[in-house]
Amino acid sequence: MSHEKRTLEFFVLTAFFALFVLFLYGPLSAILILSFQGPDGGLTFPLNGVSLHWFANLFERQAVGDFGGSFRRSLTLGLMVMAVTVVVSLLAGLAFRQKFRGATALFYLSVASLVVPSIVISLGIGVVFQQLGLRPSWYGSAFGAHLTWTLPFGVLIMFAVFNRFSPAYEEAARDLGATSWQTFYHVVLPIIAPSLIGVGLFGFTLSYDEFARTLMTSGTFNTLPLEIYGMTTNVTTPVLYALGTVTTGFSFLVIAATLGAIVYVGRRRART
Amino acid sequence: MTALAEERATVTTGQSARPRLPSLARIVPYLQAMPLTLILGAFLLLPILMIAVVSFWDYDFAAMYPDFLLTNYTDTLGSWVTWKTYLNTLKFAVIVWGLTLFIGFWVAYYLAFHIRTAAMQMVLFLVCTVPFLTSNIIRMISWIPVLGRNGLVNSTLVSMGIVPAPIEWLLYSEFAVVLAMVHLYTLFMVTPIFNTLMRIDRALIEAARDAGANGWQVLWHVIIPLAKPGMAIGTIFVVTLVMADFSTVQVMSGGQSASVALMMKNQMSLLQYPAAAANAVVLLVLVLLMVAGILRVVDIRKEL
Repeated sequence: MSHEKRTLEFFVLTAFFALFVLFLYGPLSAILILSFQGPDGGLTFPLNGVSLHWFANLFERQAVGDFGGSFRRSLTLGLMVMAVTVVVSLLAGLAFRQKFRGATALFYLSVASLVVPSIVISLGIGVVFQQLGLRPSWYGSAFGAHLTWTLPFGVLIMFAVFNRFSPAYEEAARDLGATSWQTFYHVVLPIIAPSLIGVGLFGFTLSYDEFARTLMTSGTFNTLPLEIYGMTTNVTTPVLYALGTVTTGFSFLVIAATLGAIVYVGRRRART
Repeated sequence: MTALAEERATVTTGQSARPRLPSLARIVPYLQAMPLTLILGAFLLLPILMIAVVSFWDYDFAAMYPDFLLTNYTDTLGSWVTWKTYLNTLKFAVIVWGLTLFIGFWVAYYLAFHIRTAAMQMVLFLVCTVPFLTSNIIRMISWIPVLGRNGLVNSTLVSMGIVPAPIEWLLYSEFAVVLAMVHLYTLFMVTPIFNTLMRIDRALIEAARDAGANGWQVLWHVIIPLAKPGMAIGTIFVVTLVMADFSTVQVMSGGQSASVALMMKNQMSLLQYPAAAANAVVLLVLVLLMVAGILRVVDIRKEL
């Protein structure tokens, strides 16, 4: 591209991008810093000493409700949603490679799942369970509610992956005498592995952070986002920030681990 | 078709024919699509149908009674509060859409055209993505120490002598709602636009330059028209997310502003499910109409 015109536009946009990144991370870093607030400190700057007081406070059960239990529930639910999202999206992606009756309808149903307001789904599942006489629970109704949010992402990603997937590899494998299962396991699966890991990351984090769809469907026990939401209205100490720091740190760990896995899979593939 | 071709292949190569029924290959895609169909059927279609049914039911403080009444709709649509709430929600949608489109386009444009190495592009894109994979509620709360009465912005402005007293409307106001929504949803605009920009054939831009177009002309006549599908997909995400939002409105406005979903949530907490269901139907129809309108501009299947 033309270099003489690039300079001004480049610097303006670099500044714009830097501001955007500051906008994204500034507030997050504010609560990160404030979660180390001293025991007498408040919800805003300045820091009144530095301590781990609020983190300790977090693990005292009576102080902030059931943080440990809700974290365990959210973690389990996230892993369940992740596993189902990966498997179901992969199968659906494979299905969409062939022609079958209802393919277009199913595709648009997935898109609809993405655009239907989450509170409508929450209400609908709540009413269905009530009318069927079932007890809503985080591992039942909320599990299904989360899947309506994670599956469309998974399916659309797999759809995009297979759109770019050259059938030449499979044909080559078949010419060499591989069965269809061998072709899938030794050829298709390794090629799409990084995308599947990405779908898993989406499934887990979207479920782990999901709030609106859990609202009417979680039953007696809260998931972590519900617990945090409850805290926003009645907790006025930095323990709220400590919880924010811990959960955000956990999210970062999950993302880092996933990216590590993708890089590892890519390297291993490059070597063989 | 495929079964036929396979049959012919085994015949010509003389391989030992696998004992496979010709119909098996044909039902494979149906089996593969089944789990998705079942889950969406049970947790998306059935609940929506149920809402549509319940929206005609009667109710009192204790229970719902199967019936065919239009009062839930006439009560909702006949109320001035409902119309104001819908207008308020649409207002948020339009403002947030405009801001995320502007920010999203320039961020995506910068990443796609000004960052030269693919590795750096990936790193910067991830920098933009990571916050969106963390909790929305935590990201809302994180504005409190920044915008609050004694927050960073106010204390800086006061100590610099720009304002005599802390500005009250920074937090718990419609300004805060819009700011938080832009903060939460911009990535949904950046990603699809970045995706379409990366697929623009760079030769088109060179051709435009060779034909004498200046930078703005290239942007206006070549890049933006080609980026429209990405903008449309981003718009679908942002508009539907804002139309469905209640937690941002509730937390960031401090209860001073309303949205349709928040109104529904309040009805639900009062156990007025049929009233909430009528609202849900109206909201759903409105959102689907908006999406259908956008889908006339773009074919999603081609953009993936």
